[in-house]
Amino acid sequence: MTAPRFNRRGVWAIYRFEMHRFLRTIWTGLATPVITTSLYFVVFGSAIGSRMSNVGGIPYGSFIVPGLMMLSLFNESIFNASFGIHMPRFLGTIYEPLSAPLSPFEIVLGYVGAAMTKAIGVALVILATANLFVPVHVLHPVWMIGFLLLVAATFCLFGFIVGIWAKGFEQLQIIPMLIVTPLTFLGGAFYSIHILPEPWRTITLFNPVVYLISGFRWTFYGIADVSPGVSLAATAGFLIVCLGVVAWIFRTGYRLKS
Amino acid sequence: MSAPVVSIRGLSKLYAGGHEALKDVDLDIARGEIFALLGPNGAGKTTLINIVCGIVTASAGTVSVDGHDIVTDYRAARDRIGLVPQELHTDAFEPVWATVAFSRGLFGKPANPAYLEKVLKELSLWDKRKAKILELSGGMKRRLMIAKALSHEPGILFLDEPTAGVDVELRRDMWALVRQLRDSGVTIILTTHYIEEAEEMADRVGVIRKGELILVEDKHALMEKLGKKQLILTLAEPIAAVPEGLAEWEVELRDGGAELVYTFDGKAERTGIPSLMRRISDLGIVFKDLATHQSSLEDIFVSLVSERGGGAG
Repeated sequence: MTAPRFNRRGVWAIYRFEMHRFLRTIWTGLATPVITTSLYFVVFGSAIGSRMSNVGGIPYGSFIVPGLMMLSLFNESIFNASFGIHMPRFLGTIYEPLSAPLSPFEIVLGYVGAAMTKAIGVALVILATANLFVPVHVLHPVWMIGFLLLVAATFCLFGFIVGIWAKGFEQLQIIPMLIVTPLTFLGGAFYSIHILPEPWRTITLFNPVVYLISGFRWTFYGIADVSPGVSLAATAGFLIVCLGVVAWIFRTGYRLKS
Repeated sequence: MSAPVVSIRGLSKLYAGGHEALKDVDLDIARGEIFALLGPNGAGKTTLINIVCGIVTASAGTVSVDGHDIVTDYRAARDRIGLVPQELHTDAFEPVWATVAFSRGLFGKPANPAYLEKVLKELSLWDKRKAKILELSGGMKRRLMIAKALSHEPGILFLDEPTAGVDVELRRDMWALVRQLRDSGVTIILTTHYIEEAEEMADRVGVIRKGELILVEDKHALMEKLGKKQLILTLAEPIAAVPEGLAEWEVELRDGGAELVYTFDGKAERTGIPSLMRRISDLGIVFKDLATHQSSLEDIFVSLVSERGGGAG
């Protein structure tokens, strides 16, 4: 019997396994972002937001919705993808996909595809939760879905890399805690970078997260800190870098094969 | 040997840390045989298996499985292989049925509940199909690893130390299972450092030491060729030295002079035993017990390993 050129059943097996793990803890997986988002709206929306003026003509509560979605999308993408590949490495069960007739691309597709599904699901739950507190209007829904997919794919690939790189569960937390969360908070999730004085405004432009949040906010309200085209290009650039690193990991076997 | 089902040529592995795990190994495995790869811990057995299965990258050499190169035609090669690793790597919270179905899916095979049911029944796991892996005993987990490896109907099964750390009863069950698999047409390659296991099951034996395959031989031929028989006489009174009258038999004195040991060729027409016994009687040497001993594969293995450079590595 000839082995198939594309092992779709193998990809599906990994995807379904990962989703099953997520579904086992679905209530905690979804309750956490719902509660966190609600708290953001209680604090930023009601307590502080009511004292703040509109940003670019958008009420402050509505303004922060895309940033909140991005914040969760980054964290969920990195967490799910890094945990998804780190767990079999930790348990030793990674021998199964490595010894199966699966190409590196198919292995990544299974793990990253499942992580993307989970991360996008959480982002959409946040959108629904936010809609209970503030009016949310999506001006460019197709672009919004496109940005969600692109950013989720990029950060899930990034998470996959972190999951391969990490030698233990502590290291899994380092990148999201020390790099991604600070960059997100400083990347215009809760404010427009136009309100920053120089030189901070220029310095902020070196933060890649600015482009992701700005582009995503544009899909909602048509306003952006930087041009949506630049945002798209920056996101695509980051995606290509992550793809290159993942390809290198499989070519060299870095921390996967000795 | 007809076309080998696994063909290994010039296989070497040098790990990044500088450890040379395999040195220019050549090996052919015949279809349908049970091949036991013997060697002390750290000899390179697991590295060899892991290279064939795609988990470790070889530094040099080639491996083909059923004519398919494991690198350039890895899908076809891996499709034919089932692997039972030494460690019990499992997802503790997964149910038995789900984990076996997952393994089959990874190999791109369509769902076949009837086949999986057969495998689980043969391995006495059917009643546990809904149980989570963490609820299984050690023996059940080991059988589950075999079920996972068999889930995609492989023609070649690699068993890496299948009975390491299991009790005697389970070990015997495992041996029966391996024979049953071979009878169903599966080629079995197992590694072990339990010589008894190889002696019990294998058709052919390979001995690996410090990354070098120092011997590959039919088990019975090996035992015939390198095995020896001994007559052991336990003396009523210890003696200080072998009497000169016994010089022509080249007997040895053991256990502080309490045992006389005569090594002979069991298949020779004349073993020399009757004349030796007469001479012992003539010399007035009294013995209180008499026994014969045939060397086991273990004796041969220990002798081989020590001959080639002193002890297990």
